Amino acid sequence: MENLGSLAVLLAFCLGVYAFLGSLIGGWKNKPYLVASAERSVLAIWFLLTVASAILVTALLTSDFRLAYVAAHSNRAMPTLYKFAAWWGGQEGSLLFWSWLLACYNAVVVLTNRRKHRRIMPYVTAILVATQVFFLILNAFVASPFRVLAVGREVTAVPDGRGLNPLLQYWAMALHPPTLYLGFVGFVVPYAFAMASLITREPGDAWIHTTRRWTLVTWLFQSCGILLGAGWAYAVLGWGGYWAWDPVENASLLPWLTATAFLHSVMMQEKKGMMKVWNMVLVAATFWLCIFGTFLTRSGVVSSVHAFAQSPIGMYFVVFLAIIFAVSVYLILDRLDYLKSEARLESVISRESSFLFNNLILVASCFAVLWGTLFPVISEAFTGEKISVGPPFFNRVNIPIGLFLLFLTGVGPLFAWRRTSLESLKRNFLWPSVAGLSLIAVLVALGVRHFYALVCFGLCLFVAWTIVAEFYKGSRAIRARTGQNWLAAAVELTHRNTRRYGGYIVHMGIVLMFIGFAGAAFNKHATVEVRMGDTFRIGRYDLRVLDLREGDNENYSWQHAVIEVRQDGRPVGTLEPERRFYKASEQPTSEVAIRRRLNEDLYLNYAGLSNEDPSKAVIQAYVFPLVSWIWIGSATLIFGCLICLIPSKTRREYPRTQVVGVVERYAAVEK
Amino acid sequence: MKQYGKFAALIVVIVGTLVWLAAAGINETKTYYKTIEELNQMGEAALGKRLRVAGDVASGSIVRSGREVRFVLVQNDHKLTVIYNGVDPLPDTFRDGAQALADGKLGSDGVFRASRIQAKCASKYEAAPGAKPAATRAGL
Repeated sequence: MENLGSLAVLLAFCLGVYAFLGSLIGGWKNKPYLVASAERSVLAIWFLLTVASAILVTALLTSDFRLAYVAAHSNRAMPTLYKFAAWWGGQEGSLLFWSWLLACYNAVVVLTNRRKHRRIMPYVTAILVATQVFFLILNAFVASPFRVLAVGREVTAVPDGRGLNPLLQYWAMALHPPTLYLGFVGFVVPYAFAMASLITREPGDAWIHTTRRWTLVTWLFQSCGILLGAGWAYAVLGWGGYWAWDPVENASLLPWLTATAFLHSVMMQEKKGMMKVWNMVLVAATFWLCIFGTFLTRSGVVSSVHAFAQSPIGMYFVVFLAIIFAVSVYLILDRLDYLKSEARLESVISRESSFLFNNLILVASCFAVLWGTLFPVISEAFTGEKISVGPPFFNRVNIPIGLFLLFLTGVGPLFAWRRTSLESLKRNFLWPSVAGLSLIAVLVALGVRHFYALVCFGLCLFVAWTIVAEFYKGSRAIRARTGQNWLAAAVELTHRNTRRYGGYIVHMGIVLMFIGFAGAAFNKHATVEVRMGDTFRIGRYDLRVLDLREGDNENYSWQHAVIEVRQDGRPVGTLEPERRFYKASEQPTSEVAIRRRLNEDLYLNYAGLSNEDPSKAVIQAYVFPLVSWIWIGSATLIFGCLICLIPSKTRREYPRTQVVGVVERYAAVEK
Repeated sequence: MKQYGKFAALIVVIVGTLVWLAAAGINETKTYYKTIEELNQMGEAALGKRLRVAGDVASGSIVRSGREVRFVLVQNDHKLTVIYNGVDPLPDTFRDGAQALADGKLGSDGVFRASRIQAKCASKYEAAPGAKPAATRAGL
């Protein structure tokens, strides 16, 4: 079977090369049959990679330990879910997974554009397939998942595998890689359309209309992936944080920042025909950063707590990154005339200007994170000394950026296009500002002195108020006409313009997350050594260790502390933080116990028995205020993004695009 | 053109602030990577600087007492005693023989006081080559 898998990957590679050349030559010499056959090859590649993936997954599920990959990432006692998740648990498998996802995307693009965009499609296909070929090279020749274990010339199986890394045996971690990959891989589609429209100098912004949903979907997946990763870090890694500015985490954040910037600035191009060069740069940068993130995670260039093992695939990525960079820069510079802006900035207090600053600040943040992440590499190259910067650096730069962005989230959508009158400023912002400032005053009176936290809470209320006011105003108008109840009116309002109101919901999610972030200013912690029956105190909680228990199952052995929790003297139950020892991988892990509440989380970690006095248990206790709001905000953000994806009830057409003539051409094609 | 002047001024202010914050942030947190050998040779110069030292955790050297964890890092026969008293729990992969990174400062008594420990193969999706006797002999 594994031979069939290897063969499928090899065939897919050959077809990929053919499809690339076919669509490129077909587009250039205008040969529709060649283009059609290239597009069919894309579908065939999808089929072949599905077969290869099915073979690998079957091997994982049936514990076929003749395969090196299966032996290294699975073991018999592992639950089926994690056996399946082992598909993306290691280098070779996850690269195949990447390839397969890319093939899925490519097939969907080809199928949905059979009758649309015929002039640019050959080049879109060529760019998609070029990316596919790159990953197929890795799958087929560098990191094949189908290698078998052998002694001499005999293929042999080991009795049991080493198992998936225990830290990855957690539900969010089973989902985190696929969602993040979906987000990373998906950005190739907007990139391909953008570059193809540059190549053919396609008039109008057709590529933007086609790729808007793609961009939103990939952004949604990126956000989900990052947030699942944060949730996993919080609940599994046992240090109580959700974000550590680790290079690998940063790698996933970088393209998200530029993609967010792009989602905003693309509106400028749609509605005003501005920032065309900038949008091209953002699309290219985002795609480049997606690949760069993959490279950073897998090459061991920067040391990280969770990187893949070092491997020789780094060089392949460097070459690919250089190619993307060169192609993008050449195309943009060569086609500058095609990207002329159709309007000018008129006022600092305008929608355009808020988009401009939103973009400036997001890109600045991206640059700061990139700089900090690569600082060891950069400093070694220039001074010969390897110097790293820690989380305080990232926080110092990104907290003010985050607060400024939060502010823009509140004011931007309410500024009018072109320029905003003083009257409208007063109408829209008087009460939100009063509310925000009053909240700050109240908090100061209550004894809160943390500057950033105060600003953050004030801004959160300010922004939330503006958003609710928008929904209120719109719903009231609908109610007045139809007499519906408030909820129905709000739903109707959202349905009429899903993009706008879905966007507001996303903004609301961001506000809720910022409330959670600000809570970090008030974290408490205590590490204690306690005997059975001892009581210790943290915040409002009295904790008493009742018992230590031990147990064993096929996958791991465990030991946990039973801790009675009293809040303000009132018993509220027990928590059982646990230590596990996974047998197959011989690795210990800690399973923290968390009591999640809206106002604060009580977070307990059982660090093991004291070396000096084995009758004592070492317990680390933390109180994390407001953390739950991050997860609530995440859910809100995802919900809002899904709303954005629903088509609006009333179709909106922008006068500018009609002038350019895109709409007519669309209509002609659709007939 | 007056509008563009305003935009330019605002952008300069924003970017300037960020650069200033970044520069201050770098100076405040920069950490030098040193090998244990280099650290021993630095003598007085090493005191007070933020340093990051890598090495293997000597077998049997980990001693927990109260909030402190004391252990010995070994790298090419050079040894360094480390005391960890940071906030975060030690990573699960921190144990005898693990590769560890210690961030902290060297005390005048020659003991390294770490505020952060990273165990290098923590959540590494695959064991680093050579970190564990390979159970596989991949061939063909």
